Amino acid sequence: MVSQLTMNERRWAMGILIALSLIGLTMLGAGRGDAFGVHGAIVAAAAIAMIFVVISGYFAPEPGEERLTRYYDDPSKAGIVISMVWAMLGLFVGDWVAWLLAYPNLTFDAPWSSLGRIRPVHTTSIIFGFGGNALIATSFHVLQRTTRARLPDQLSPWFVLLGYNLFCVIAVTGYLMGVTQSKEYAEAEWYADIWLVVVWVTYFAIYLRTLARRKEPHIYVANWYYMAFILAVAMLHIVNNLAVPISLGHAKSYSLFSGVQDAMTQWWYGHNAVAFFLTAGFLGMLYYYLPKRAGRPIFSYRLSIISFWGITFIYMWAGSHHLHYTALPQWVQTLGMTFSVMLLVPSWASAGNALMTLNGAWHKVRDDATLRFMMVAAIFYGLSTFEGSFMAIRPVNALSHYTDWTIGHVHAGAMGWVALITFGSIYAVVPWLWKREAMYSARLIELHFWLALSGTLIYVFAMWNSGITQGLMWRTYNESGTLAYSFVDSLVAMYPYYIARAIGGLLFFLGAIVGFYNIWMTIRTAPAEARASEPDAPALSGARVQPGE
Amino acid sequence: MFGYHYRLERNAIGLVLAIVVAASIGGFVEIAPLFTIDETVEDVPDMRVYTPLELAGRNIYIREGCYACHSQMIRTLRDEVERYGPYSLAVESKYDHPMLWGSKRTGPDLARVGGKYSDEWHVAHLINPRDVVPPSNMPAYAWLQRTPLEVKDLGLHLKALRQVGVPYTDDMIANAAADARNQAMPDDGGAGGLTQRYGEATQIRAFDGNPANVTELDALVAYLQILGRLTDAAYKPAAEGG
Ligand code: HEC
Ligand code: HEM
Ligand code: HEM
Repeated sequence: MVSQLTMNERRWAMGILIALSLIGLTMLGAGRGDAFGVHGAIVAAAAIAMIFVVISGYFAPEPGEERLTRYYDDPSKAGIVISMVWAMLGLFVGDWVAWLLAYPNLTFDAPWSSLGRIRPVHTTSIIFGFGGNALIATSFHVLQRTTRARLPDQLSPWFVLLGYNLFCVIAVTGYLMGVTQSKEYAEAEWYADIWLVVVWVTYFAIYLRTLARRKEPHIYVANWYYMAFILAVAMLHIVNNLAVPISLGHAKSYSLFSGVQDAMTQWWYGHNAVAFFLTAGFLGMLYYYLPKRAGRPIFSYRLSIISFWGITFIYMWAGSHHLHYTALPQWVQTLGMTFSVMLLVPSWASAGNALMTLNGAWHKVRDDATLRFMMVAAIFYGLSTFEGSFMAIRPVNALSHYTDWTIGHVHAGAMGWVALITFGSIYAVVPWLWKREAMYSARLIELHFWLALSGTLIYVFAMWNSGITQGLMWRTYNESGTLAYSFVDSLVAMYPYYIARAIGGLLFFLGAIVGFYNIWMTIRTAPAEARASEPDAPALSGARVQPGE
Repeated sequence: MFGYHYRLERNAIGLVLAIVVAASIGGFVEIAPLFTIDETVEDVPDMRVYTPLELAGRNIYIREGCYACHSQMIRTLRDEVERYGPYSLAVESKYDHPMLWGSKRTGPDLARVGGKYSDEWHVAHLINPRDVVPPSNMPAYAWLQRTPLEVKDLGLHLKALRQVGVPYTDDMIANAAADARNQAMPDDGGAGGLTQRYGEATQIRAFDGNPANVTELDALVAYLQILGRLTDAAYKPAAEGG
């Protein structure tokens, strides 16, 4: 990896790493006795380890100018492997949480292993670790192919990828030590948040710099989505995380907002994390890998325009559907509900566009599990957005809010859409990146597909049942006009579903293990000489995806 | 329209600006007015701030992720009001940085749990919920009783909260650590100026049953016992609206 950097870049890398290790040591000194100090130690250790990596390759010969005729894919390769490592952690912990909800004693008498601390480990590892790394890796891949330009330099992509993972590690280790802001999907504390801003600005700069050098006049649809993902996440992240730390040597901070304003800001953030992280970014993947794998152009260019701007504009209004019947002023709730229902139009336009693209390639869907991953993902996307718009209607939300129905909806989207499109895209891109004919084993992809699909269905059906049962039990009255069930009655009714969900999750996790093995074997058996000899010249990148019409 | 878009997608900066504008409008329209319109938060004179001990308990509640299973927001629905008490008002979380309204009820709502059970019940329940409620799936928090409460930084906490708008006085900030200890160790030479600073109604006792030291369990139970009792506004019909 270091041998691909120019001498100048190696110097910069050393400079950045030395600065970072000093920051880490300062944090360590300032935060003695606090988790802040532990995080300082982690930062310093990571930076110093990287310094050794850079030194070990520092005097290797510089890469020649001919590198500029090829795409730069090393960061994408690393990102995909890292993404799968996070998937292992995130899915394992998710299933552990699922079993804990059925058997609460399946844990240690130690604070770090308590459900309230490992639950955010699940959500952060899986959304930001698995999803985020896959987004960064594929965005670099797609960006270069669709602009026919190489990434602007060799250093900044590594800074983004590794810096981002440092953020994830700080976040996850923080929860285990009890460091959290408690804001869902924004739990990481102030110093990690500041670091993420630095990484994110660099990420966006790579996008703009590559676009500025593009040889393709049009910016392809997938890039619109990746750009919306980067830009909107920056806005959301900065506003929602505004906070005052109690000192510069402590991890703890207090949110700038309180009460209603905080609730609205948090769910403006939370819902749009769904929109721009879990939707827009992955639609970027879908718009590149699905047509490419199916060998067909996108069904309708106009539909992509309508759905893109619909999603970008409307989602931001919908956050208040998380706060129906609360102390939030009713006009905001009504706006949120209205826009959530409207959101169905661009959402289904996207899902429909994807499925219509497959029209004429159904025989491929039947034979190719990779393409089937993507197709089923598009179906789950359609399903979960329909469900979301339905749940955003006030009287429906009166029943669904606070129940497992929300959890069912979340995982229909998260497992069915986000994870499946990611697995599909990874299976498509791994042979391309490592210059293989195909994945190591097509049968294992098939196995993974069925494990993932059955796991998702079991999970989602269990949660629909438990959620609706729970919601109905809470509001049932008996003849004398009093509430018929105590809270504990409703809890007892949940146990069978919690066990079913944990089994579904286990299947899904096993599938991902199979997937990781398959990817690993593909990489290991990659012909070593092909890597060096076959130049991936921009012109050779094969059939570019044309916006069809 | 599509022709216009055809040109837009050839211009990276134009596309970026268009995305930023399209994505900013919704949040701006919905959030900005909440900070200016008076009706968002009711004006209630008897609303008090958390004592340092309660605040420490609240931070433990956050640290342990209790909010992942418990909401603190009773909605304006008949069955919720009958099950949990009067629906939550905006003012009740006015000093909550951040709010803990929650989004999932694996366990019951806690917005008005203060005073519902005795301290002994909470202590037994937190040490092992299944001793008290056999079918419960709530985690056991036995270590809270074993862990002494960190009080020395509480002044910094109050100071930071004052910076974000909670009306803590200099007096409160200066005495934060002592106040925390005094609230949970009443035998230890009286409550000091605690009740002058936070009101006569402040609950002062050994919450975890052991007056000899201040543990994390003291703080958490003190917090649970104050939930829903910082103001009476929700019980007064006149306070409706907002
Ligand atoms: C796995 C989810 C879960 C977590 C995490 C959790 N609880 Fe609970 N809690 C429950 C359930 C379920 C009940 C109802 C059964 C019972 O009383 O144990 C409950 C009940 C309670 C009650 C009694 C409420 C009433 O009105 O009867 C209190 C108080 C409580 N929890 C406090 C806490 C605190 C404090 C924490 C964090 C330290 C916490 N809980 C974490 C699930 C959870
Ligand atoms: C093995 C598969 C999985 C299992 C067993 C699993 C399990 C769980 C469990 C038990 C919870 C807590 C639910 C509760 O509090 O009642 C949860 C929450 C969550 N999970 Fe998963 N999960 C899995 C996969 C995923 C994936 C792939 C994603 C995202 C891409 C994801 C995203 C989330 C999110 C966002 C939440 C929070 C939901 C909320 O707060 O409303 N999960 N998961
Ligand atoms: C049209 C699109 C969508 C709409 C209108 C929508 C609407 C909703 C609604 C109404 C809730 C319940 C809020 C509550 O009662 O607390 C919710 C929760 C959630 N949705 Fe969606 N949804 C949509 C798409 C998606 C997709 C594609 C995902 C992908 C993963 C997703 C992920 C989530 C998550 C993670 C939550 C839980 C938030 C929490 O409480 O922690 N949604 N959504």
